Amino acid sequence: MTEAILGLRDVVVERAGRQILEVDSLDVYPRDVLAVVGPNGAGKSTLLRVMALLERPAQGQVLFDGQPVRHHLLAYRRRMAVVFQEPLLLDTTVEANVRSGLSLRGVARPERDRRVRLWLERFGIAGLAGRSVRTLSGGEAQRTSLARALVLEPQVLLLDEPFAALDAPTRQELIDDLDRLLPELEMATVFVTHDRAEALRLGDRLAVLLGGRIRQIGAPGAIFAAPADEEVAAFVGTETIARGRIRSVDSGLVTVDVAGRDVEAAGAGEPGADVLVCLRPEDIVLVPPDEAAKMTSARNRLPAVVRRVVPAGAHVRVELDAGFAIVALITKQSLEDLNLAPGSRAVVSFKAVAVHLIPHRPASPPS
Amino acid sequence: MGLIWDGLTEALRLIFTGDSYVYEITLLSLTVSGAATGIALVIGLSVASFLAFSAPPGRTLALSAFNAGMALPPVAVGLLVAVMLWRTGPLGQLHILYTPTAIIIAQAVIATPVVTALSAAGLQSLPPGLRLQVLALGASRWQAALLLFREARLSLLAAGIAGFGAAISEVGATIMVGGNIKGSTRTLTSAIVLEVQQGDFETAMALSFILLAVIFAVVLAFTVIQQRRSAS
Repeated sequence: MTEAILGLRDVVVERAGRQILEVDSLDVYPRDVLAVVGPNGAGKSTLLRVMALLERPAQGQVLFDGQPVRHHLLAYRRRMAVVFQEPLLLDTTVEANVRSGLSLRGVARPERDRRVRLWLERFGIAGLAGRSVRTLSGGEAQRTSLARALVLEPQVLLLDEPFAALDAPTRQELIDDLDRLLPELEMATVFVTHDRAEALRLGDRLAVLLGGRIRQIGAPGAIFAAPADEEVAAFVGTETIARGRIRSVDSGLVTVDVAGRDVEAAGAGEPGADVLVCLRPEDIVLVPPDEAAKMTSARNRLPAVVRRVVPAGAHVRVELDAGFAIVALITKQSLEDLNLAPGSRAVVSFKAVAVHLIPHRPASPPS
Repeated sequence: MGLIWDGLTEALRLIFTGDSYVYEITLLSLTVSGAATGIALVIGLSVASFLAFSAPPGRTLALSAFNAGMALPPVAVGLLVAVMLWRTGPLGQLHILYTPTAIIIAQAVIATPVVTALSAAGLQSLPPGLRLQVLALGASRWQAALLLFREARLSLLAAGIAGFGAAISEVGATIMVGGNIKGSTRTLTSAIVLEVQQGDFETAMALSFILLAVIFAVVLAFTVIQQRRSAS
């Protein structure tokens, strides 16, 4: 059993007499990536500042290595690193920025230079080392900011919406980089974001923060499949997200074992890799069981039982059990034509290209 | 025009002949105003940091007071400091009235609000999250202050230049607390006043040119540092 490196207990933060954050218990573990998702104003940044020992809560404790942090905040802060949404670089060169945290810690020069070089290269910014940060693009600046944090090889890495201000291609590149680098490192990571896709991509565990409280915490698949309450459901959406393992890959077609069913997806992957199978409700077609054989275009046809039928504006949301939970969005006309009701059978059909696979390292909550 | 030209040539003659009187009062001006600016920087930067980063209650009121302090009448400051330093005054025990120390105190009082107000404005214009980022990088409070001063160096050097300018160009308080004693408390500005009173306009004009040259040289040095750092 792994010990939590950083934890919060009964933490309350108040602003102008109003309670803006209340966390009973939250732990992060070495090699664990905890993604905290929530809308703007949910208290995500406040949570991160409390964890980073940059803000004292009105009540409660921050635990480091299981011990309450009361004094010597600087020593604890120096075991962590924080990346904010704005890169907030010092007005000097890229290299001096990446070096800054090590200099503040008095790390000896040979070691400092070695680590700075290593992390400049890992983030692909070695060529910018001597450049003034004033000349950097948004993506280059955030790479510098990430390198400046990771060069410290912290025990806890805290990321506060680090990609929010970037354009989509740059964001994707940086997420790819982090996804590659984080598993190589021993540290615990807390990644705060309002973007569900980012959270799913990087998080081993997901915590949903709404109105200053953690409403649900657990494996991403579990939260998306079974939101704890309506608000969490509303925030995470009701898209189908199921965990699976790639069984085989053959000329651009990936076969994924999801709860004993084969789901075929267009894409790439390694056999044996764990993935999240994502489906948008509008990509799913429901057909009566006796007509399913005629359907030839869609690769996936899964027999299912209707669990619920929920009106959703002009459409109807149909929740089915195909061995795993699937949500389909169909028109009211289709509902009538198919004569669907809870308990009735239907075949869930979707194209291989409609399936989105997200690489997923299995969550390993150590407790 | 003739007077200005005569003043300029007299100034050059005094400088290049190495006139001991002129060198003495110039050196005193630089020492006294340099010390006053140093004191103003220590106090001003401390107070400005506190106001900018700790956001204490009454910050706006305090900043207004320092902004108003930039227009502090030097004569009034001189009178106040002189009263404090009189033998019967609260600080009379120190016996520093009519010494360079008294001039340093008076000039520091004049320069401090200038340095404080301009430094606070400079520090407040840093990105709002920068202090937290610097602390998150593992900076102690002192390291954080130094890093933030470095980030605001353009404004802080400007504050230093303005403070030095206010101190060295000051005359009312300097005479009142210094006494304009030859060989002891006579500075460039108080010497100019004396020459004018004695009707020696040519020497007064020459000393004015020397004062301007001294101010320009010091400010040039500050500005070179300021611009070189900002370019790198």
